[in-house]
Amino acid sequence: MTTNPILLLDNVSRVHGRDETAVRALDGVTLTVHAGELVAVMGPSGSGKSTLLNLAGGLDQPTTGRVVVEGADVGAMSLRDLAALRRRTLGFVFQDFNLIPSLTAVENVALPLELDGERVRKARRIALDSLEAVGIAELADRYPEHMSGGQQQRVAIARALVGDRRLVLADEPTGALDSQTGEDVLRVLRSRCDAGAGGLLVTHEARHAAWADRVVFLRDGVVVDTTGTPPTAESLLDAAGAV
Amino acid sequence: MSIRRGLLALLAQEPMYGAQLRSEFESRTGGTWPLNVGQVYTTLARLERDGLVERGELVEGADGADGEGRIAYCLTDFGRTEVERWWAAPVDRGDTPRDELVIKLALAVTVTGVDIVRLVQTQRTATLRHLQDLTKLKRATPEVAGEHGPDQQKELAWLLVLDNLVYAAEAEIRWLDHVESRLAREATRSPKARTADTASSQADRSTEGASR
Repeated sequence: MTTNPILLLDNVSRVHGRDETAVRALDGVTLTVHAGELVAVMGPSGSGKSTLLNLAGGLDQPTTGRVVVEGADVGAMSLRDLAALRRRTLGFVFQDFNLIPSLTAVENVALPLELDGERVRKARRIALDSLEAVGIAELADRYPEHMSGGQQQRVAIARALVGDRRLVLADEPTGALDSQTGEDVLRVLRSRCDAGAGGLLVTHEARHAAWADRVVFLRDGVVVDTTGTPPTAESLLDAAGAV
Repeated sequence: MSIRRGLLALLAQEPMYGAQLRSEFESRTGGTWPLNVGQVYTTLARLERDGLVERGELVEGADGADGEGRIAYCLTDFGRTEVERWWAAPVDRGDTPRDELVIKLALAVTVTGVDIVRLVQTQRTATLRHLQDLTKLKRATPEVAGEHGPDQQKELAWLLVLDNLVYAAEAEIRWLDHVESRLAREATRSPKARTADTASSQADRSTEGASR
């Protein structure tokens, strides 16, 4: 087992605007997500949660500090490499599912693979495996409008982690779901992390954050507290031995 | 928690002896409120005194004791009425329990020299850890769908108890969030602004007085 994190935010700051109108959205945040780990970020609106997620996903660049995904410094990448990183390494899950309505579940999940040049038949096979892993293989040929919110969110998780993608960035993934369905989605996310993925979950609901291994509290762009410490090589080995 | 009502409700199903009541109570509530046998027998003695239970007729042997010396209890008609009443009536929430955290915070805002922001953050982290532990217990309990045996029913009872604790912890965290933002808002009000507020409210009051 490697102890290199899937995601590393190293003393990251993000400032919007300049001089007097400058707003510090994030201020010196350091955060890691290892394989098999689900990390939750909690904070009120305006605390910098979305900025943090956008930086982690390469959708935005830090003003200072480094964002490292699977060992690669996102800040040093060309736009082309960045696009490839987003296709191959990580996936987003949003509150409103963001599935493409004209594609079936399996086509939605296969899309990032096909965009990356994978042959259609093979992409479909890998996508089916991913749907199987979130427990809805039987819905593969359904269109989003014929699925419940919870089912659509499972498809989104399957898409985020299809094939070799190992990092899922989830932005309030249960926001549009009722409490039981929301919990089911968290269970799926949790099980995908237990199976080896890394997850970064942004939420303002403590009940959902509690599914994570660690919860980081963000206030005004600063980490004010965290439950537990990031895993060390020893604790990871212990955990692997205990299973 | 009313052990009394709980035991009565169990006895409404079938006569039981003390140790059996204890283990049934605990397995149905997931061991969240552990009882000792002494508590169970004291409660049974009081229930018997009040005419709600009586020593069972179903047991073999003299003095209500069976071969192993256990005394089975069953409900009287009065006890049965009491159970019916319990199911039908809402639980009284008027009697607010003293919550140490609420008292602590109320005192912290009124005395000097307490870092209340730190206090709130420390508490929130601790409560969230507790919430994580509860969630781990939920994860360890498999979701049983489509089966309705007594074991599944007890599992469901346990999950519902856990959910109650989860929602209580979540409510505490939300309240602490609220306290934090309320305190932050108070802190940004300068003493000058506060004085102005007081002055204006006094002005309001004097206007009110004048209009009367």
